[in-house]
Amino acid sequence: MNLTVNGKQHEVDVEDDMPLLWVLRDELGITGPKYGCGIAQCGACTVHVDGIAVRSCQLAAADVDGEITTIEGLGTPDALHAVQAAWVEHQVAQCGYCQSGQIMQAASFLDLNPEPTDDQIDAAMSGNLCRCGTYPRIRAAVKTAASRLQGV
Amino acid sequence: MGRVRTIARRSFLVGSAAILGGVAFGTYLYKREVENPLEADLAPGAATFNPFVKIDGEAVTLITPRADVGQGAYSIQAHLIAEELDVDLDSVRIEPGPPSPAYYNGVVAAECMPIAATSDSFMARTGRGASDVVGKLIGLQLTGGSSTVPDMYERLRVAGAVARETLIAAAAKQTGLPASELRTEQGAVLLPDETRLAYTDLAAVAAEITPVDEVTLRDPPDWRHLGKPHMRTDMMAKSTGTQTYGIDMTMDGMVFATTRTNPALGGGIVGFDASEAEAMRGIKAVLPISGGIAVVADNTWRAFQAAQAVACDWVPTPYIGETEKQFEEVAGSFTEDRQDSRFKDEGDVLAALDAAEDVLEAEYRIPYLAHAPLEPMSAMVKLAEDRLDIWTGTQIPRFMQMSAAEIAGLDKEQVHIHVLVSGGSFGRRLEDDYVRQAVEIAVQMPDTPIKMVWSREEDMTHDFPRPLAIARARGAVSDGAVQAFDLSIAAPSVTASSLARLGQPAIGPDVAIVAGAWDQPFQIPNYRVTGYRVPPMVPVSSWRSVGASGNGFLHESFMDELCHAAGVDPLEERLRLCWHDSSRKVLEAVGEMSDWGSDPGPGRGRGIAFTLAFGVPTAQVCEVTQTEDGIRIDKVYVAAEVGRVLDPVNFEAQLAGGVIWGLGHAMNCEITYEGGVAQQDNYHAYEGLRLHQTPQIEVRGLENGDQIRGIGEPGVPPAAPALGNAIFAATGTRIRALPFSRQVDFA
Repeated sequence: MNLTVNGKQHEVDVEDDMPLLWVLRDELGITGPKYGCGIAQCGACTVHVDGIAVRSCQLAAADVDGEITTIEGLGTPDALHAVQAAWVEHQVAQCGYCQSGQIMQAASFLDLNPEPTDDQIDAAMSGNLCRCGTYPRIRAAVKTAASRLQGV
Repeated sequence: MGRVRTIARRSFLVGSAAILGGVAFGTYLYKREVENPLEADLAPGAATFNPFVKIDGEAVTLITPRADVGQGAYSIQAHLIAEELDVDLDSVRIEPGPPSPAYYNGVVAAECMPIAATSDSFMARTGRGASDVVGKLIGLQLTGGSSTVPDMYERLRVAGAVARETLIAAAAKQTGLPASELRTEQGAVLLPDETRLAYTDLAAVAAEITPVDEVTLRDPPDWRHLGKPHMRTDMMAKSTGTQTYGIDMTMDGMVFATTRTNPALGGGIVGFDASEAEAMRGIKAVLPISGGIAVVADNTWRAFQAAQAVACDWVPTPYIGETEKQFEEVAGSFTEDRQDSRFKDEGDVLAALDAAEDVLEAEYRIPYLAHAPLEPMSAMVKLAEDRLDIWTGTQIPRFMQMSAAEIAGLDKEQVHIHVLVSGGSFGRRLEDDYVRQAVEIAVQMPDTPIKMVWSREEDMTHDFPRPLAIARARGAVSDGAVQAFDLSIAAPSVTASSLARLGQPAIGPDVAIVAGAWDQPFQIPNYRVTGYRVPPMVPVSSWRSVGASGNGFLHESFMDELCHAAGVDPLEERLRLCWHDSSRKVLEAVGEMSDWGSDPGPGRGRGIAFTLAFGVPTAQVCEVTQTEDGIRIDKVYVAAEVGRVLDPVNFEAQLAGGVIWGLGHAMNCEITYEGGVAQQDNYHAYEGLRLHQTPQIEVRGLENGDQIRGIGEPGVPPAAPALGNAIFAATGTRIRALPFSRQVDFA
């Protein structure tokens, strides 16, 4: 099957039900999306399909019906997405393992809801687990990113 | 200025000088102590001045041997070196270095000794000195016990200063100018005419001269990095998906593996039938390993699927397998023959309780808890004829090196551990079980790079949990004051269980059973803390803040009960009882921050708790509201005393993270067993705090203490009791068993 990841086309030969996460990580070597739980409880695997955040551990490869963006495609150290820039500015990460997913979730959320309330931020981000407890800074970084994106 | 001392004599001097005068600044005599592992493969023209700094023609490399498991250890170690070496961290390499006795931990062993952090008695000083001696003697390269900063604070700055002064000497030699006319800045020696000689260009000359052995450390007011907000070195990589964790390693020709061992802990395996699994797509091999099987495939997911398709003949657990019975064993351990320690015994508790009109009695329970770091256990291994390479996150590289060598039949010098950043740990990577498995696979499949990844279910059901415990507390109050406090705690020994797996003896009582309870700085007229050791059940291990993680709840909940029984304000009474000045100050700080004593409003309550752990007095006030949907945690105020805050930004992150860790597990988490099988195998059944339940957290760092301390763990212990005490204040309900969610809902 064909997948478009970060603007690049790939042909992969996998089972229909292989989760997209493992196609990305083990077939294509794209390791930004992380494996944390495999049952959509932690959100570390979050990627975008046509700009919408999805849990790639729960999306079968055959069901992918759009262009995939991973954290690597959202922005790079030399050209950060506004959400990534806010993450760096607020020094959100501790172990950092969940942060690819947090950032992808936040970027998609702000795209859909550019002026979120605090409660909406809490609701949108609560599916992403962080074991280190970076939540206060995630809240702050989402707000900073929202205002930056508004300013653009 | 001016204490001259040798690093070799550090064991004595840390015990005296540091306690009397705080951390000494001034002149340090550096003596080569242990081998420098960087000399082993030093390229021609490259220089190394000590085990922490290496310079060649291309780059300055700083060695940061304490593992980074998310607590920011790499960054603070690099900043400590850079503060003296004068380099920009953007332009240096930061590496964890190889396993080596040079990277021994000189302070962590003291955590296993019955030494109160508040004590500066001769015995306490001797014990701390012994910790350094023991650490050096066995080359204890270990990350844990919030020890990185206390252990490295002086050592890394001295290392940076030695390198700097040697580079100046090299520049003097090269230019013929006197060293006194040279200075350093941003990775270069500056000549009087502002000509810059890059350190990298001086490496070859520096390699030819003997490193200087006397340096002067800068006084804190002159610091450029330390004590000021700075950017952690890993933020960019961790915000762009470019940080490589053990699970992310890729190599040409690698295969993907997973393991499945008996879910009934310790049970082992009799045999297995892999015929179905072997026929599945992409499966290269199904192999026996200790206690179970491994599947090697061309994709991790295929390996996961196939592992479940192997029919395994398991052996029942040798341990007490049901949590109800495990608690019965704990409850039956308050006996004379199982008494393990009584480090605190002041006044006459029994007489005071006998004489009391009313004796307050309470029993508390805390459950087993899993570490469950978000990156599941994983490792990349490659075994060649005379060499084994391992890439993984670990807090114990030298122990791992030894066990891997044994399994592979190699000398330990032939085992090369490449430590990677861990996606969390919380103590889990103080174990090397996952690497032993990976090496067992490699032995059966040499010359192939093998990336082994556990499923989340395998990870959570094969943890070494924080042990369960029961506390029985008795107390008496009179005249509006706490008069007697008798706390007995029964728990399995973390120390004995962990050390046995590391092949080390555990001698004497286990301080962890009573840590965070026996050593609290309160002067209660009749005050006793007794530890009872429950015989080994399922293997247990260190979990963020170790013994204090649960004992804070046990001590501080009952303290709150006594205060209420006495009709006194819980903050006022703690202040009255507290004799330790810097502990009083953190209590006063959270009182002020929370406007303690003001009316919290209808349906609301405040709770306070205090724990001194890892030498850090930490106080917290938790504010909750009873809502229609349950208890809502509104705000937590936390103040901690660490002597000196080296990185205010990370200080706040670690302390807030500790609060969140403590709250989330106290609210929602427990591991229970049936037939020795952990019943919680993924995050749906073991949910720490999530963002929508996260309170606002206000953090304050105090710098009144005379010793510098670490902050990764001390935020944890007071979180649960502060919450429990707040729930009591808001609702009148005293919850004595964790998790709280068994008895209350949270909004």
